[in-house]
Amino acid sequence: MTRKRQRLILVLSGLAALGLATGLTLYALRDNLVFFYSPTQVVQHEVPVENRNIRIGGLVADGSVQRPAANTIHFAITDMVNTVNVTYTGLVPNLFKEGQGVVAEGRLGPDGTFLASQVLAKHDETYMPKEVIDALKASGQWKGN
Amino acid sequence: MANLHWLANPGRFLRIAAVVLPWLAAATAVLLAVGLWLALRAPQDATQGAPAKIMYMHVPSAILSMTIFGAMAFASAIALIWRHPLADIAAKASAAIGAGFTASCLITGSLWGRPSWGTFWVWDARLTSELILFFIYLGYIAIWQAIEDPQRASRAAAIVALAGSVNLPIIHYSVVWWNTLHQPPGLMQGRTDPSMAVPLLTLMGAFFLFYVTLLLWRMEREIVGRKIRQFRLLRAQA
Repeated sequence: MTRKRQRLILVLSGLAALGLATGLTLYALRDNLVFFYSPTQVVQHEVPVENRNIRIGGLVADGSVQRPAANTIHFAITDMVNTVNVTYTGLVPNLFKEGQGVVAEGRLGPDGTFLASQVLAKHDETYMPKEVIDALKASGQWKGN
Repeated sequence: MANLHWLANPGRFLRIAAVVLPWLAAATAVLLAVGLWLALRAPQDATQGAPAKIMYMHVPSAILSMTIFGAMAFASAIALIWRHPLADIAAKASAAIGAGFTASCLITGSLWGRPSWGTFWVWDARLTSELILFFIYLGYIAIWQAIEDPQRASRAAAIVALAGSVNLPIIHYSVVWWNTLHQPPGLMQGRTDPSMAVPLLTLMGAFFLFYVTLLLWRMEREIVGRKIRQFRLLRAQA
């Protein structure tokens, strides 16, 4: 019985030590583990942007999408507090539209415009058929956009 | 613990498994058929359209990939501490099944990511930690392959399973702790309409039964395999 006790304590303390070490490591690396920065972090210079590829994520600002040329698209990424203007040449994902989540990768130009090399759509965890959304909207209970 | 000791007898386990297995296999087949039928009939997601149907394979695979590793870590702890004779067999028999579900999760996720996000793969915290889980599974399997003596292999593998279990909360909370391209879980938060949640939950049940069926079958084979090994060793000594 006492050998079993010993092994139990050994396993539990080993797991606790490993968990603590992992937790501290992840906490120390937390700034590097994020996939994208918010427009506010970029506007307030909280991220190193000099000659570096970064990702900015947020929503495509309402009314911001312009297509001056066939393959070029201008839009703005917003977190409802700050906004970053983006220029991108290429195809955007099917889900890309105003009000939809988006993550753009690229570099911040000298004039504050973000020159994206890749644009990804980010969708939320709501899964509903169109009929249900229409019904919710009709009854005024719809909380999404 | 009394029940654990009652089941500790491999001979008794083999007798029970032989009776239970056909029923489990039949239940798996029925639930899988019902789940797939419900999933095919389920309405399309308003935002994502047809590609979101991949979730009926992706989400159960993802949940099983983590559940199975959790079960392996639990069985490994029991094997290490109480030396339960079936625990390390259960952990070993689970590994390949879990690795399969992890691969399925990664592949279906990738196929879903291309039409909805616009990319097959990104190195965000959720995708990366799930890929690491796959590598831990492979490492665990490799240890059993590399060490010939089952008792020594069992201890080394159990430590890998316990250490690897640290990754499970990281996978689960990755979408909460850090921002990721992957969306947070929506099933338990009521963000999934019942017309899609019911097929999803049915398939989760089917995948789980599939795991239990394969597990018992692989445990049977492992027990018999070890008996044959012991027999050969005894004969070589004689």
